[in-house]
Amino acid sequence: MTIVAMPILIPFALAISLLVFRTPKTCRWVGPLGSLAIFVVSLALFFRLKTSGILTLNVGGWEAPFGIVLVVDYLSALMLMVSSLILIAVSLFSIRFLPDDFPLPRFYFFFFTLTMGMNGAFTTGDVFNLYVWFEVMLISSFVLITMGKKKEQLEGGIKYLALNLLGSLLFLAGLGLLYGKTGTLNMAHLAEILKNDGQALLMNTSSILFFVAFGIKAAVFPLFFWLPSSYHTPNIAITSLFAGLLTKVGVYTLIRFFTLFFVHDQQFWHNLLLIVAGLTMVTGGMAAASYYETRRILSYHIISQIGYMIMGLGIFTPLAIAGAVFFTLHNMIAKTGAFIASGMIAKTKGSFHLKEVGGLYKQNPLLAVLFIVPAFALAGVPPLSGFFAKFMLIKAGIESGSYIITTVALLTSLLTLYSMIKIWNEAFLKKQPENHENQESIKLNWADYVPLAILATASVLMGIFAATVFTYTMEAANQLIEPAIYIDMVLRNRTP
Amino acid sequence: MNSVILQIASKYVRWLLVIFSVIILIRGHNYPGGGFIGGLLAGLSLAYKGFAFTPELLKKEIKIKPEGYMGIGLILIFISIWPGVFLKTAIMQGVWFTIPFPFTEGFKFGTPFLFDIGVFFTVIGVTLLFLFSLSYEKIWK
Amino acid sequence: MEVVLAILVGILYTAGVYMLLRRSILKFIIGIIFMGNATNLLVFLSAGLIHGSPAFVDGTTTNSAQLADPLPQALVLTAIVIGLGMVVFILALKYKFFEVTGTDDLDQLKQTDSQK
Repeated sequence: MTIVAMPILIPFALAISLLVFRTPKTCRWVGPLGSLAIFVVSLALFFRLKTSGILTLNVGGWEAPFGIVLVVDYLSALMLMVSSLILIAVSLFSIRFLPDDFPLPRFYFFFFTLTMGMNGAFTTGDVFNLYVWFEVMLISSFVLITMGKKKEQLEGGIKYLALNLLGSLLFLAGLGLLYGKTGTLNMAHLAEILKNDGQALLMNTSSILFFVAFGIKAAVFPLFFWLPSSYHTPNIAITSLFAGLLTKVGVYTLIRFFTLFFVHDQQFWHNLLLIVAGLTMVTGGMAAASYYETRRILSYHIISQIGYMIMGLGIFTPLAIAGAVFFTLHNMIAKTGAFIASGMIAKTKGSFHLKEVGGLYKQNPLLAVLFIVPAFALAGVPPLSGFFAKFMLIKAGIESGSYIITTVALLTSLLTLYSMIKIWNEAFLKKQPENHENQESIKLNWADYVPLAILATASVLMGIFAATVFTYTMEAANQLIEPAIYIDMVLRNRTP
Repeated sequence: MNSVILQIASKYVRWLLVIFSVIILIRGHNYPGGGFIGGLLAGLSLAYKGFAFTPELLKKEIKIKPEGYMGIGLILIFISIWPGVFLKTAIMQGVWFTIPFPFTEGFKFGTPFLFDIGVFFTVIGVTLLFLFSLSYEKIWK
Repeated sequence: MEVVLAILVGILYTAGVYMLLRRSILKFIIGIIFMGNATNLLVFLSAGLIHGSPAFVDGTTTNSAQLADPLPQALVLTAIVIGLGMVVFILALKYKFFEVTGTDDLDQLKQTDSQK
């Protein structure tokens, strides 16, 4: 089943082609069309999955526990689909919004290697292979975040690099201990071994190392400091790419690891996850409320919303996991949309600072409409996608009796709403401040609206067809909670 | 650095290193060695000139740019992925055949070897890239 | 032998963490290198050490207990290569940063955090 490897091979081929054809003109075509190809392949994978169950591929023909295996189940397929949608939007956005002297071939080269790493992380079924894909992603993101070579970018880059390098070292250490204990690195095989292991408590050393490593990538509460101090430094196109994808890969691996094989000692882990989730939500939301720079507000928001995804994982009922998956998908779309909108505000008005902009509602009603969709989706206003995601999580929280985290989640929604309304008020409703009147605003071309329109439509559609998305996320959650099918499919290539 | 001995030696040692790296590359499938180590040695053979003179001189005189080496290597790797799909069962599966060679059993050539050559070239490119990006433009007196 | 190496891993981690907490960026990088090496050793140790036996199946050794486990060695090789790339990248970044700002002090990295 070669198609399983396609989400990795297509970006690889595109990156090579960009090494050969290095003119900005080819990049303008290769970027969006390549992203479209990845999206089409992800769709094909999804429909294949719907008809024939979990897809596996033994790379190199080596049987499952010995070789590397690529697996696509519902969680992977959904993540692949949504992330490639974001790739389309960002590749279109970056054509219009990167400055003219920006090295476009380099940007798209690392754009596609980042995609390759991310898709590899989504599809792999082997822990060490996951580490390699993480590093591919990390190196590409290092180059992207320091592109431009201004002082702030180098500074943000060093901060970003420091904590993420530490994270990958901890990942590797955890992996070593895991291998020393079990003698395998295949995820399905690990799940099978650890399920019947009386000494599974010994795994806590390893799992806490993994938790910290993925926690750094996902930016959960005590480990998020790299994110707000580096995400506002690079070009806005790069920030929107990172905001939509990078932290969510961390969340994806957390969900994968803590449902598939780190399922021992549930009392401790679920409490820890819930505490971390609550603190992540509150600190992110409160910090966002205190800033007046759109990129910073949105960066802290990423953190706040990671909390919801971890909350779903901590409650650990099928509905909660489904809610976490739904929330992740919705958040990827809406967050990228919000960042793209802030980039458009900045292009029209020349500043990211809310005190220096205003009067956009009168001047550009289309942008206002397109901004309000991702913003209200993030805040959880019905009928947009965020409402249903939060509804699922809160329902699951009440059903399982986790009242504290549910209350925290509800109150954090208010903080989110407050920040979004702040951006809305300051940038759109308020009059243009008089001391910044002289800045002439730039008219946007129709092509500038396309990426945001794609994401806004996706968010609205996710709200309207919430029932369909819900069935698929529920399917994903069931596969995660009952990993027997996954294990049988990977190890013995058959359904039980 | 301005050592005459090193500069003269660099002319001859370079080719020794290149030959050695190719030997390491070829023996790599069954014995210690392989594309990565071979590539490092070959990259070093190019970098030798950079050490003896200046990296800038090397940058000017080098015929293929580091990106070029990486491109060649990545293309070879990409090619080596596919034969397994069409001739065997899975992607990246090794496909081997023997090229007859007089006086020996023949030279075994296969997609893993092609992959190794790809790694070899990529590593040369990366080594040069490292050298160029880390060389400090101070002329030591 | 494992005990000695385990102690070495501990010492390397200690030294690495100590260096990470310094103010200089270069010392920070040295700390990362220490910790990277400690981690590689840890992974290498994870399958235990078997004295004097290679990780290759040569057809003469029949007892699998006398063969070293090749997987951790392969993992470590990959990890070392990745670590090399990372260290070179961070060194290049530090070099660029020093060129632009002329400082090696981590406490000077406050510009991006101070603005509201």
